[in-house]
Amino acid sequence: MARAATTTDAFNAVAEPRRRQILDALAGGERPVNDLVRMLGLAQPQVSKHLRVLREVGAVDVRDQGRQRLYRLNGQALKPIHDWVKNYERAWSERFEQMDVVLEELKKEEGDGSDE
Amino acid sequence: MAVTSSGSAKVTLPTDQQILITREFDAPKHLVYKAWTTPELVKRWWHANRGEVTIAEIDLRVGGMWRYVSVTPDGFEVGFHGEYREIVANERLVATEVYEGIPDAEEHAALNTLTLTEVDGRTTLTVLVEHPTKEGRDAHINSGMEGGMQDAMDLLEQVAISLR
Repeated sequence: MARAATTTDAFNAVAEPRRRQILDALAGGERPVNDLVRMLGLAQPQVSKHLRVLREVGAVDVRDQGRQRLYRLNGQALKPIHDWVKNYERAWSERFEQMDVVLEELKKEEGDGSDE
Repeated sequence: MAVTSSGSAKVTLPTDQQILITREFDAPKHLVYKAWTTPELVKRWWHANRGEVTIAEIDLRVGGMWRYVSVTPDGFEVGFHGEYREIVANERLVATEVYEGIPDAEEHAALNTLTLTEVDGRTTLTVLVEHPTKEGRDAHINSGMEGGMQDAMDLLEQVAISLR
């Protein structure tokens, strides 16, 4: 059975742990592929394969400088993931704000001791 | 009068299959535990301002079941249930969580671990949600949202378009 391409969107592109390591490394600044090979301890073809997936979804950009190819992070492409988690976080924040109200009441009840 | 704004929830994705929610409360842990495990109190906070909790059932013993149902103002109903696996009163609660809005829901149950740690009368709450698959986790992130999975699909479509 055909497997869905992993390159369809940023979510799939970052699902692979090695690709997240690459993104973390590039978050520190632009780097040539050799740096990434060394940092990840992977063979160059593997790193190149991951970089290709990341480039296809726009998560990294590349430019040539002399004989080197320099890769850098494009945060904009990862924003949907950030927003998606933020939305979930917002729901929990609102739950917890309601819990704060409940807890204030419980603290008062306990402080009064009148119902014990 | 004490104003308790302890900050917002922090959500991280430690691994492909996990969600970690963290929040600090200006209250001792036994009260946070009470708010978490008392049905009439759960009804007051679990809605997340996205509707009303219509059912909150808690049978707080190992092997006991829980079930929460909420309804958004436009009638979208979301149900969750699970089974308690481990209970350490005021400190730790492990339970499964099934989102009733997906096919084969039981197979996709998550395992939730609540921990409460108190320092100087303040409590740090963490909930670690562990899914059997990454897909399950990704669906979960959207399960509490109005529109549920549809929102997730719409979002993925937008992402795909924006990345063209």
